[in-house]
Amino acid sequence: MIRLVLALLVLVAWPVRAEQVVAGLSQNRVAITANYDGSEIVVFAAVSRDAPPPEGRLDVIVTIEGPVEPVVVWRKARRFGIWVNTEAVEIGSAPAFYAIATTGPLPEIVDDSYNQAYRIGVGQVLRGLDVAERMPDSDQFAEALVRLRRESGDYQVDAGSVRLDHQTLIRTDVRLPANLTEGRFRARIFLLREGRVIALEETAIYVQKEGIERFLHRLALDQPLIYGILSLAIAILAGWLASAAFQWIRR
Amino acid sequence: MQLYLPIAEVSVNAFTLLGLGGLVGILSGMFGVGGGFLITPLLMFIGIPPGVAVATGANQVVASSVSGVLAHVKRRTVDFRMGLVLLAGGMVGSGLGIWVFSILRGMGQVELLVQLSYVVFLGLIGLMMAQESIRALRRSARPGPPRRAHQHFLVHRLPLKMKFRASGLYISAIPPLVVGAAVGFLAAIMGVGGGFIMVPAMIYLLGMPTKVVIGTSLFQIIFVTGFTTLMHAVTAYSVDIMLAVVLILGGVIGAQIGTQIGLRLKAERLRLLLALLVLSVSVKIGFDLVLQPAELYSVMPGRLP
Repeated sequence: MIRLVLALLVLVAWPVRAEQVVAGLSQNRVAITANYDGSEIVVFAAVSRDAPPPEGRLDVIVTIEGPVEPVVVWRKARRFGIWVNTEAVEIGSAPAFYAIATTGPLPEIVDDSYNQAYRIGVGQVLRGLDVAERMPDSDQFAEALVRLRRESGDYQVDAGSVRLDHQTLIRTDVRLPANLTEGRFRARIFLLREGRVIALEETAIYVQKEGIERFLHRLALDQPLIYGILSLAIAILAGWLASAAFQWIRR
Repeated sequence: MQLYLPIAEVSVNAFTLLGLGGLVGILSGMFGVGGGFLITPLLMFIGIPPGVAVATGANQVVASSVSGVLAHVKRRTVDFRMGLVLLAGGMVGSGLGIWVFSILRGMGQVELLVQLSYVVFLGLIGLMMAQESIRALRRSARPGPPRRAHQHFLVHRLPLKMKFRASGLYISAIPPLVVGAAVGFLAAIMGVGGGFIMVPAMIYLLGMPTKVVIGTSLFQIIFVTGFTTLMHAVTAYSVDIMLAVVLILGGVIGAQIGTQIGLRLKAERLRLLLALLVLSVSVKIGFDLVLQPAELYSVMPGRLP
């Protein structure tokens, strides 16, 4: 019953599902090979409507979110004259990669409530800050994580990089960095009118190590002893070959 | 050309790595050291995680020691018996080092451990070597009475005596065991072979003749760093084969050039140069610890224990 009421409310609050978004990606598989040095993903989409566009400003936000993982953020302090990691805050889930591309500056195109509900902004992506052992300044650790990842290009905010033609055609490029982790990446395309989300399309990109990268990574994790022996064998062989080559050259 | 490293999970320029390997190879060829004490900090400097840098550094030392020891075996300048005793100690030390390493990894202090051991050990050894080589340079400049060939230390009064024929020694097995253990410990936490500690310890503590010292040290370093590599691979999955292969390739080529340069320089001068190099690495890492870092925060994957 409650669900029905809620559903009705949604219908009332969002009566014109007149605008929909249909999206496509240039690729939904990324292969990390030995010479992988980043790749560009083109996101294109179109707005479909059964009536002429209503009044109000139309905006688009595209986000790409990498797989989430727990991380520990350490802070250094001076102890006995040297700088040591002293305090740590665990963040239960932080995406390894996050990119936002928009048609304009984020605060201007989306209402704060929608930003929080859909976790759109870079400041919204971290989850699982342990409240129980929350330090008074644990927010600083979260901010530091976002800042560090923005500096390294793992988190990107690209305001104004989405092209919106004739209120219908959407296109943007997102650059994936060279230091990419494996997993399922989630791409979301939001359509906003007057700061309110009116349509959302979601799709996935699968990032996987391929070929020798995949083989070595699996071997290292599944058969660590064999992998270790292999590393040693390569080192011993290389050392022996080097010494043999030395002698051959000297002769 | 970018190269994606499967274990370190970073993308690095292959020529940078080749150059690093080559540079360290030149130095190791010149001075007859493995070069682990240079490669590990350099790898961390270009953005390889400390755990991977230490483990892969150890793997690279295996290659350079094998190539070095083969030449010594031909010249019969390896004391295998002494090597095995040192090795027995080395295994214990290395196991202990791996254990300490994994505890401190959980506490988020691995980097500190690695940096502190670099500052302390490289600083000490660098100072000792610099002092010794300056004295040797002075002595060669104005000739004085020659040193006694055979000296008696406290070492000769301990129990468990063994005969080491190649070294012409009849001493207790305890000091070599202890020296071996200390070097094994350092190999595990610094990703180095420990030749820079082993060689002076063999000459001054054990009283071994200089001609067998390098070969014997290299012989036991192969096994200790090999064991360390294996342990890091099994406990932390932190050996990056791809990284090791490129470093080794560069190192092999560099070592040839380095040996040629080394032959043209005077031994005491060479030792002084090595001492200055060791000291400068120590001072550089020391400054990094003491000066306020530009970035106070760092991110590590995983959970708090």
